Amino acid sequence: MGVVPFLILFPMVMACIMFCIKSVKVRNALALCGAGVIIAAVAYFVGLWIARGAGVLTLYVETEMTDHIILAAEILLMCFVIYITFKHHRGWISLFSIVPTVLIAYFDLAGPKMVAGPHIYIDHLSVLMCMIIGLIGSMIIVYATGYMVGYHEHHTQLENRSPFFFALLFLFLGAMFGFVLSENLLWIDFFWEITSVCSFLLITYTKEDLAYTNAFRALWMNLLGGTFLAFGILYYGMIEGKMGMHDLVSSGVGGELVATLPVLFIAFAALTKAAQMPFSTWLLGAMIAPTPSSALLHSATMVKAGIYILFRLSPAMHGTTTGSMVAVVGGFTFIITSFMAIAQSDAKKVLALSTVSNLGLMTACAGMGTSQTIWAGVFLMVFHAISKSLLFQSVGATENVLHSRDIENMHGLLYIVPRLAAFQFIGIAGMFLAPFGMLISKWSALKASVDERDILMVIFICFGSATTSFYWSKWMGKIISASHLRETTYKDITKKSEFTSLMVHGILMIALCVLFPLLSQVYVMPLLGEMFADPKDVLPSYILYTLVFIILIVFLVPFLAYRYSKKTATNFKLSYMNGVNSGDNRKFYDYMGEEKTLWMSNYYFFRLVGIRKLMIPSQVFAAAVVVVMMCIIVGGVIL
Amino acid sequence: MNWHSLIFIIVYILLAPFIGGLLDGMDRKISARMQRRVGPPLLQPFYDVAKLLKKQNIAVATSQTFLLLTYFVLMVVTGAMFFGGSDLLMCFFVMSTSAIFLYFAGVVTSSPYSTIGAQRELIQMMAYEPAVLLTCVGFYLAAGTFNVNEIASHDISYIAYLPGFFLSFVFILTIKMRKSPFDTSTSHHMHQELVKGLTTEMGARNLAIFQITEWYENVFLMGVIGLFIINSNPWSILATVLVILAVYFLEILIDNTSARMKWQKMLQLSWIITLFASGMNLIILMIRK
Repeated sequence: MGVVPFLILFPMVMACIMFCIKSVKVRNALALCGAGVIIAAVAYFVGLWIARGAGVLTLYVETEMTDHIILAAEILLMCFVIYITFKHHRGWISLFSIVPTVLIAYFDLAGPKMVAGPHIYIDHLSVLMCMIIGLIGSMIIVYATGYMVGYHEHHTQLENRSPFFFALLFLFLGAMFGFVLSENLLWIDFFWEITSVCSFLLITYTKEDLAYTNAFRALWMNLLGGTFLAFGILYYGMIEGKMGMHDLVSSGVGGELVATLPVLFIAFAALTKAAQMPFSTWLLGAMIAPTPSSALLHSATMVKAGIYILFRLSPAMHGTTTGSMVAVVGGFTFIITSFMAIAQSDAKKVLALSTVSNLGLMTACAGMGTSQTIWAGVFLMVFHAISKSLLFQSVGATENVLHSRDIENMHGLLYIVPRLAAFQFIGIAGMFLAPFGMLISKWSALKASVDERDILMVIFICFGSATTSFYWSKWMGKIISASHLRETTYKDITKKSEFTSLMVHGILMIALCVLFPLLSQVYVMPLLGEMFADPKDVLPSYILYTLVFIILIVFLVPFLAYRYSKKTATNFKLSYMNGVNSGDNRKFYDYMGEEKTLWMSNYYFFRLVGIRKLMIPSQVFAAAVVVVMMCIIVGGVIL
Repeated sequence: MNWHSLIFIIVYILLAPFIGGLLDGMDRKISARMQRRVGPPLLQPFYDVAKLLKKQNIAVATSQTFLLLTYFVLMVVTGAMFFGGSDLLMCFFVMSTSAIFLYFAGVVTSSPYSTIGAQRELIQMMAYEPAVLLTCVGFYLAAGTFNVNEIASHDISYIAYLPGFFLSFVFILTIKMRKSPFDTSTSHHMHQELVKGLTTEMGARNLAIFQITEWYENVFLMGVIGLFIINSNPWSILATVLVILAVYFLEILIDNTSARMKWQKMLQLSWIITLFASGMNLIILMIRK
């Protein structure tokens, strides 16, 4: 399996190459090749894995040399964090890097000898993550080659740091591959730190003051998580003398006391990475970066890292206080951020809040930790990755066209840039409408939380899905409304590469929707089989048939209805405006007899549910929950 | 799927518009009597729709017909799934998808009144959705399944376990049926601040489609009310019909005795009632089962 180190190292090599090339054309061509190679490598990797029986593979027991390299790299990373934080007068943040790194270095060099174990672990979950990262990540790079050109045509005041940007994108992918394939907890920690620092650098891209503020917020939150991760790992290593993720999970499942604290700390770290309350603000601030990086951070990779770790831990969290903590925080985040999303008219902010909200649902699924909830969580993850990435990219491309990403400005987008509007429409439909997978995952999550007798979760899901459909539908309505009278005409300047990526996402979205019952049987059930002793079959067969039926109906009916309505002769009239129409649906006469342009706007309720109103109270609440529950758990173990 | 549920589906598809239309006619008649008018004949809704169907097609936006047709078909599918004895939660998911197509049909015109009405319709959806989902949860907790057939063939009427859910469902029924005091999206009477709201720009055949869909929808909703009552005893069918008629009468009574509320109040009220009535019932059920 030489392809495993290749997957991790190749993107890192690509990162160095990207950094050195100044010519846009050469760099873009190479980036495209790099993305192609990554996809091919993932395909080869998956093929090889299937050829070996598609089961659990463990690799690399003896890795002393690599361990030393990783330690050295980790110390380098620490030095960088110290440098950058002191340079920007935020030296205190470096503590979150110094403490864990020093501890790990000490542990590595002078600590007890660990029981030898595999360093790489390949199973259904990690292969799934690799597929998501490889495919969506590469597509985002393809998109970025076109987008960054348009971005700098539009933002002329900014310094063009594209080489650096592409280098980071590749580095990120490499780190993510390493993260999901690693079994050794120290390796996991290392890749974790890389993604934290990468996201920091991506957010600072524009070098504006606000960008630095947001980036440092992301940095300290993620590093705080990393610190707890290191505590958990070292605690477990000190007592048990093992460093395997699966050793930890199995001792957690066995109910051993030694696993309680490591699971708690690692779950806490995952909460920060997955931007759960009270740490949601870093992800919202990350929106300031160019769109490909938001797509990469938000949809496919960075935030999924937290979810991935929670899924890994979920069997160990089932029925424990840690599990309840994670579920409550996740469910609360799900509902409260979906409220906040109602009040946003900035498209990227809506996407960010909805990301946090969906991550909340996945987190809650992991916290409940039964095979049913993980089934729902895995599908939520897959569908969310694709449709969010699609949405980010189409919003980004739309912004390059309209020079605005305000949803109010997207009124009638379907008639201005039909292609992009169609992709946005598919993406949004994928987020909440039947028959797309998000909905069926919600079905399953709701059923599972009833089965678990979790009243709070039931209430969260029922109310949260009402608010979720509200903010998505009003956005969809904006896109398809008949256009306002606009003074400027817009030209679709979407580059071919951007379009290719959008197309791949769109096709994937629809293919997954159709193939998803199959995917459940062939892939997700075995995945659950690896994690749980006796996974329940989540989808009863009658639901499966109903689903196929609904899929047919929902795709066929609008199509046929459209064909039919096109044929019928219609007499077109002006819309009703109390008789003050001025001969055009987009204008009317005001009381002075002057012609006015008509503007329709959505409801936002920002005084009621705006971020300003809700964020701080909900952070306080979530922080209180986390602190109190962590105290209870830690106290229970120590005393 | 067996022949039994197939018959139910066919009967629903064929008869629902007639039952819905009759209920509508009754509604008008009773409302008129409450207002000391004679009122139109019982079959007036059918005459209206027949006339609308004969008219030349008039529209403001091209795609409205297609969106309304989708709304119509998905609503029929919802009812068919329900009476065919499929998954209750799935029925409501399809229903919410169909309702969103209605919203689209409202906003696609960019006409001011229609857009305002459609947006309020969206708020109404947000107001009733938690109660609807919680009702499904209630049935699932009490019956151990979402399957409508299995729920309907129980020995005891489920209202015995689910009074709180029943209460909140009847409450949101007023919102769902767009009756006063919650007719914020389409007012019953002309010349109000939102004209005819959502339906302002629907003319001729489009309005007929909307009307027929509403009949299908009402029959489906009454079916859900019936699900609370019906049990394996054949006599329960009689009780079911009586309760449905009583609930429908209650809706008419509320409609005629209350003035329209602002949407803020509506949202607040419906969520509070859902939380308390359904929530309490949920807690009790969870402890018991």
